[in-house]
Amino acid sequence: MTQFSTPWVERNKPNLSAIEKLMVGVAMSVAGLAAPILRRFPAAIFFGAVAGGVVGIYLVALLSEAFLGEYHLLRDILAVTGVSLFAAHIPLFAIWWERKVAARIQSRMGPMRVGGWHGWAQSMADGIKLIAKEDLVPAAADAALFRLAPYVTLIPVVIAFLTLPFGAHWIFRNMDVGLLVIVAMLGVEVVGVIMAGWGSNSKWTVYGAMREACQMVSYEIPMGISLLLPVLTIGSLNLVQIGDAQAGGWHTWLAFQSPFMFVAAVAYYITSLASCKRAPFDLPESESELVAGFLTEYSGIRWSLFFFAEYVAMYIVAALAVVLFFGGWSSPISPEWIPDWMGRFLFADNAAARAAQGLILGGPIWMVVKSFFLVFVQMWVRWTLPRIRIDQVLYSCIQVLLPLMLVLLIGQTLWVLWVPEDSLLAMVTRIALSSFTGLAGLGACWIIFKARLKKRALVGVLAVEQLPGA
Amino acid sequence: MLEIGLNHYLVLAAIIFCAGVFSMVSKRNAIGVLIGVELVLNAVNINFVAFGKYSGGNTSIDAQVIALFVIVLAAAEAAVAVAICTNYYRNLNTIDIDRGDAVSG
Amino acid sequence: MGANGETVTVLKPQLKLILAAVIACMAMTAAPRVAMASGGGGLDEGGFVSDVLGGSHPLFEAVGFYLFGGLAAFSAIAICFTKDVVRMAIWLFATLGAVAILYFLLTAYFLGVIQIIVYAGGTLVLLIFGVMLTTKSPSMQFAVSKIGLAAGGVVSLLLFAALMGLVLGTDWQRGEPTGSIPVATLGRDLLTTYLVPFEVISVLLLVVMIGAAYLARQERE
Repeated sequence: MTQFSTPWVERNKPNLSAIEKLMVGVAMSVAGLAAPILRRFPAAIFFGAVAGGVVGIYLVALLSEAFLGEYHLLRDILAVTGVSLFAAHIPLFAIWWERKVAARIQSRMGPMRVGGWHGWAQSMADGIKLIAKEDLVPAAADAALFRLAPYVTLIPVVIAFLTLPFGAHWIFRNMDVGLLVIVAMLGVEVVGVIMAGWGSNSKWTVYGAMREACQMVSYEIPMGISLLLPVLTIGSLNLVQIGDAQAGGWHTWLAFQSPFMFVAAVAYYITSLASCKRAPFDLPESESELVAGFLTEYSGIRWSLFFFAEYVAMYIVAALAVVLFFGGWSSPISPEWIPDWMGRFLFADNAAARAAQGLILGGPIWMVVKSFFLVFVQMWVRWTLPRIRIDQVLYSCIQVLLPLMLVLLIGQTLWVLWVPEDSLLAMVTRIALSSFTGLAGLGACWIIFKARLKKRALVGVLAVEQLPGA
Repeated sequence: MLEIGLNHYLVLAAIIFCAGVFSMVSKRNAIGVLIGVELVLNAVNINFVAFGKYSGGNTSIDAQVIALFVIVLAAAEAAVAVAICTNYYRNLNTIDIDRGDAVSG
Repeated sequence: MGANGETVTVLKPQLKLILAAVIACMAMTAAPRVAMASGGGGLDEGGFVSDVLGGSHPLFEAVGFYLFGGLAAFSAIAICFTKDVVRMAIWLFATLGAVAILYFLLTAYFLGVIQIIVYAGGTLVLLIFGVMLTTKSPSMQFAVSKIGLAAGGVVSLLLFAALMGLVLGTDWQRGEPTGSIPVATLGRDLLTTYLVPFEVISVLLLVVMIGAAYLARQERE
């Protein structure tokens, strides 16, 4: 008999341990049961899950209030589970959304097939593909660092949810150093990226890691100073206190309190783009120069863990911007504007009234919607602006943002000191800034709706007939 | 054993301190020596905070402020040390501290 | 089992990875629980421990201390026996994180967070950056002579023995363990009682900034 040799190394037969057999069995049976149903009613399941989730969250909150008033054990478990699930679903949704946004900006349609309605299941299909890929570790790599790096990147950003509020009472641990915990966790994320770049032991990855290191270390300074402005205005590092101070309607949001805060909100947003490596600051993974930067050698599920981390970090910096500058979980409507006949119903002490308050006056839904809007702006910026060079990145940090932030910090300190909250100047500023922002937002909405009504879409500077598939 | 007290923290700090001293003595890479110094500073900080907590009274604030200053000084020291290391490397083309006698007069 | 076996062959590494990811997720959700267990952070209302167990339960503190104290000690010792500088820095990262959680256990919340921001996020990145700038190849190592190692080991073991004798032989003056200090108190004290050291440190930071920039600048011909 002739011996045939294959040009590749044969893999050994798997020796599954008991726990692995169990995992395979469970996964197989779940897939066997769920696949036919999923194929039949994809849209119904998707919307049912969303609606069920919302109803379930409200039910759980009510139940734990009613029966577990003093023991908050269940609350802790539910909070951990809920936060983990939420964090896990952000990338699933945001990656699909980013592809749709990118497609729209480039006059394409993006994913359309998987799952049915506008390819909503695309991320899940991608995830399954990535899990099934071979788990490669380059021969020259420092294997331990290479394997560890995705976890060091992912775990801190999920821990940041520890003190990230979704509402006045919707927070896992209400600490008086809440803001600092989130900043710390965002800062730790960079270590994982550097580990990945160095551990991969390739030119491109090391360049990516070095760029990440110098970008992060320099952008943390203006970011920290811009976070100081709301802190010194409210006088607290506690995110719940900062959010509660902005509950009095649209014009009490911190970004509109003074011109300095308004500029600081924009500057914070720019530095937050740099801190989660989003375009135009995506130098560490710039695919046109460095192949894929620190991600070059990664594939399969390890690669996807980095993307999980990136999208969760995007949500966290957006949520931080919302809490610190844009009213947190409160809606633009002030409780004082509610007319009496409505207030009699709205401020009653029952479940329906509380749910209505959550919708009208503010609650986790507002927080999530606002945060996702800022995530959308991040995507918008990414697909609109070109990437800048590394010297421009450092120039804009050290020579533009840093002096600007120092001036803003001094200006806001003097504003708090000299301009009382109920003085004429403060009131005029508040009204001018908030109405300016409101009008800009309304104008943008008007343009979009007008284009939609006329079945025309704006593409760059052109208005074209309706895009395919709209 | 289950009741955690001052001694537990002091023993832990002693372990970290000695590990730091060993790293400082035995590494030839300048950055390695620096890492040893950071370990020693951390051990000292643990001692400060533990003493502050378990001595009672107002010492806790003193201890935390001192520890805060130590952290700031450690960051400053690391910045200068890394600058020195890059300069050293530029002049001697190595980071081996045993070659340091080359810079003497 | 035919088709399943094939699938499993392909998925074998992934299974371990998924298991690791699940364990990592569990650890990640458990770690803060243990860290917060010693009484929450200042304003924690409705926390598990403070309500159900009435303040910090010794068991939680013991678990937290042995877990993270053990991690800190282990990674500190691992630094001594690691040859690769970047790996040393990663072990240092583990030590710093564990020490930060020990600060949480000691109810020094602000200090723990500052430790992570300044040390893990700043100093450590700077160190790794220094390694990257001064290393020709990732596998570059310097051999240390046996005598040097032995001498260092003896010195540090002697030091350890002396410290242990001091720690265990002294009857430390005890007071009632203090609770957590609000950040506001700490901040007010920094700007009143400790104003002079605070200002001196600020000046020092400025000097360091200028000095480091001067030292690291590129000579231009």
